[in-house]
Amino acid sequence: MKDIKLKRYHGASWAEPLIMELGRKGERGIIPPKADQEVRDTVGEASSLIPSNMQRKEDANLPEVSQYHVLQHYLRLSQETMGMETGIDIGEGTCTMKYSPKMHEQLVRSDKMAALHPLQPEEHLQGILEITYQLEQFLKEISGMHRFSFQPGGGSHAVYTNACVMRKYHESRGELEQRDEVITTIFSHPCDAATPATAGFKVITVMPDANGYPDLDALKAVVSERTAGIMFTNPEDTGIYNPRVAEYVKVVHDAGGLCFYDQANANGILGIARAFDAGFDACHFNLHKTFSSPHGCEGPAGGAYGVREELAPFLPVPLVDFDGEKYFLDYDRPLSIGKIRSFLGNLECVMRAYAWIMSLGADGLRTVAETSVLNNNYLDKLLMEIKGVSRPYAEGKRRLEQVRYSLEQLKEETGVGTEDVRNRIIDFGIQGYWMSHHPWIVAEPFTPEPCETYSKADCDYWAAAIHQAVKEAYENPEFVMNAPYNQAIGKIKDPSVAEDPNKWAMTWRAYQKKYRKKERE
Amino acid sequence: MMKKNLGLIVNPIAGMGGKVGLKGSDGKEILQKAISLGAVPQSPARAILALEKLKPIRDRIQIITYPGQMGENEAKSLGFHTQVIGSIVEGQTTPEDTENAAKEMLKRKVDLILFAGGDGTARNLYNAVGDQIPVLGIPAGVKIHSGVYANTPANAGNLAAKFLSEDRKIRLKEAEVMDIDEEAFRQDRVSARLYGYMKIPFERNLVQSAKAGSAPGEAASVESIASHVVQNMEKDCLYIIGPGTTTRGIMEMLGLPNTLLGVDVVCNKQLVASDANEEMLLKIVDGRKAKIVVTIIGGQGYIFGRGNQQISHKVLRSVGIENILVISTESKLLGLKGSPLLVDTGDLEMDKKLAGYKKVITGLNKYIAYKVAY
Repeated sequence: MKDIKLKRYHGASWAEPLIMELGRKGERGIIPPKADQEVRDTVGEASSLIPSNMQRKEDANLPEVSQYHVLQHYLRLSQETMGMETGIDIGEGTCTMKYSPKMHEQLVRSDKMAALHPLQPEEHLQGILEITYQLEQFLKEISGMHRFSFQPGGGSHAVYTNACVMRKYHESRGELEQRDEVITTIFSHPCDAATPATAGFKVITVMPDANGYPDLDALKAVVSERTAGIMFTNPEDTGIYNPRVAEYVKVVHDAGGLCFYDQANANGILGIARAFDAGFDACHFNLHKTFSSPHGCEGPAGGAYGVREELAPFLPVPLVDFDGEKYFLDYDRPLSIGKIRSFLGNLECVMRAYAWIMSLGADGLRTVAETSVLNNNYLDKLLMEIKGVSRPYAEGKRRLEQVRYSLEQLKEETGVGTEDVRNRIIDFGIQGYWMSHHPWIVAEPFTPEPCETYSKADCDYWAAAIHQAVKEAYENPEFVMNAPYNQAIGKIKDPSVAEDPNKWAMTWRAYQKKYRKKERE
Repeated sequence: MMKKNLGLIVNPIAGMGGKVGLKGSDGKEILQKAISLGAVPQSPARAILALEKLKPIRDRIQIITYPGQMGENEAKSLGFHTQVIGSIVEGQTTPEDTENAAKEMLKRKVDLILFAGGDGTARNLYNAVGDQIPVLGIPAGVKIHSGVYANTPANAGNLAAKFLSEDRKIRLKEAEVMDIDEEAFRQDRVSARLYGYMKIPFERNLVQSAKAGSAPGEAASVESIASHVVQNMEKDCLYIIGPGTTTRGIMEMLGLPNTLLGVDVVCNKQLVASDANEEMLLKIVDGRKAKIVVTIIGGQGYIFGRGNQQISHKVLRSVGIENILVISTESKLLGLKGSPLLVDTGDLEMDKKLAGYKKVITGLNKYIAYKVAY
């Protein structure tokens, strides 16, 4: 391990109260001027415009705080939060936390975007419809698919859309009653199991074989005339890419099922492998993460869902089409699964993805994938030198753009587990890492994904933080178990507060009821 | 802070048979034979591996243990505050010593009993304390079928340390106490029985971020599995419900009395037989449509042949192997760490037929395709 000096870092700690606890009765941030006498005489009391049964009997219980204190409050909260732009977010594997160019924010916040109304007539929307149409052409080229919908409001929503399309497809052939089983793999995203279940299918999950690939023999054993299809990722959460995926597709096709490629993990295959070429019938991309919209509560997401020609009639309405002169919304699709979201989807994600692809070009996309894979294998080399870290499955085989590691050995030797290490590395000014989707199959897991955003120095720093935490675990396990020390808050001693809905307070009212009742009495 | 009390019981002769090729070390003669073959005690060293992990909380615990080789030596060698109770004849410890030690610890309301041994030792603990007090096994025996053991001695220590540190992430779960008739085992006949359940601490996989949602608790999983089985119950079909805590969920959902360690038979959601043996099962089935519902029994992944021998190869043949429902919570199935489910019906032909891939029911309309081997 190289000698990397870890930063002397300390997070801001303001012990900031809730906004409802700030200010005093009557305090105001803005006092709007009264309307002119003439206006008032003409219009009457504003409240008279609201039907009486919709009028409040009491004033709304809103915070009463001056502008200065509001600004201070939210700035402090932002300082207590580690964001993409302060820490190194390599740890959040499977999420592809990449830098989202600031120029994109200028685009989506410009009046041309922000002032659009989805109910404007089509001729007023030609610009955004053209961008949507063009993005569809790009994604068709990237995936090989025939048509795309941008209606889904996120990755799992796109995957759910696929479950609905599968259902409609089998229904249209009169086979839905018979085909009520969907197959997925245990290392695919949990939505590949959850969404077909929501759509009414039974779900069969396939375990990995000794190489870490989904067990092909198990797949062969469970496909049947009841198979509606398979929904899975490649590379899976482990970062292991299955080069024989076309064989799996064939097994399912031979049984009459459809094959869906969950491409949430597409960052390592852009411009290199195409879903269509591997025989898939449908796929999706996350416009957030892979195509640069901010991911993870930083803004609305966008799931782009694409299909082969045979499935295109079932896509949700409306699709964006071009008649040679103008762009239009096509609602006239009798076999469509219908509407899955209001209006046209999250078009700011469409705009950012379009801008991102236009700025990179085809070669640029391939470079993104290559850089991600290179970064990942560089970080892998650093991490595998650390005692106590292991990489289960597929011994000796390279991973693609992320890796699921295990700290099982560290845990056995020191009692320090992955959660403890996660709590410790944030003391060095980087974000806590993603451990694993449920269920945990790899013991004491962690899953970094150093996508193309990160420099070699970022990878070095991140590995050094893990190395330091592990070293401390061998020297003084209790120290690591009580981390963090340099953060806005310390270790949460009673995790049941996060597990038990009865302890959650999602609103001010619930908070008062659950936590402040006794105080007030 | 109040000191926590940890009961420590080391069965000094556990594990002695294995190194010299004997299957188990129960019974005085076998023990003599093992010693004459040069066997050395395994469990003291294993107990020390576990206790090492408790050193960081040494000042916060007191160990209550039996004299000499039954725990005192190990505890004192690592400098723990140690209170020694009871008396033994050094070199001639007996299962009764283990039981007496555990009973005394129960009386003193220790927070946890950590014990080193094998299936026989687990049985002694069970006889003495049942499920009244949390226990945890340090694996030291020749063959371990019981689910009350940690996977390694060090992890037994880690888990005990976390449990005693008042960490609420650690909960208790029921785990099987199983034992093989060693006399039969040495003659290459396996007959493992399910004796009961004890409460052991286990580490949950903690809270996940909002991205994944939190995992449903074990109780919710069992209920979901029971829903699947009950909703799909066919009219006039017999359901042979095997032993275990997962199958118990089905009986609870039906509001029927359940035999935790035995086999019950249900038809049209009514009880047909309780705690049925092989003969009764054969008589009840007798050409009628029937299904068998079994779950994993013990830590090794057996679904037939350990703890549910009533459901013999004859019963399986009579019911038909296409009528077997295997149920398991995800956590139990994945706890096998990829090793296959096992069958040992005593009939090789039947075992071969059962091998392959089985759709294990893990919840309502949820299955995992899992390998079965013999």
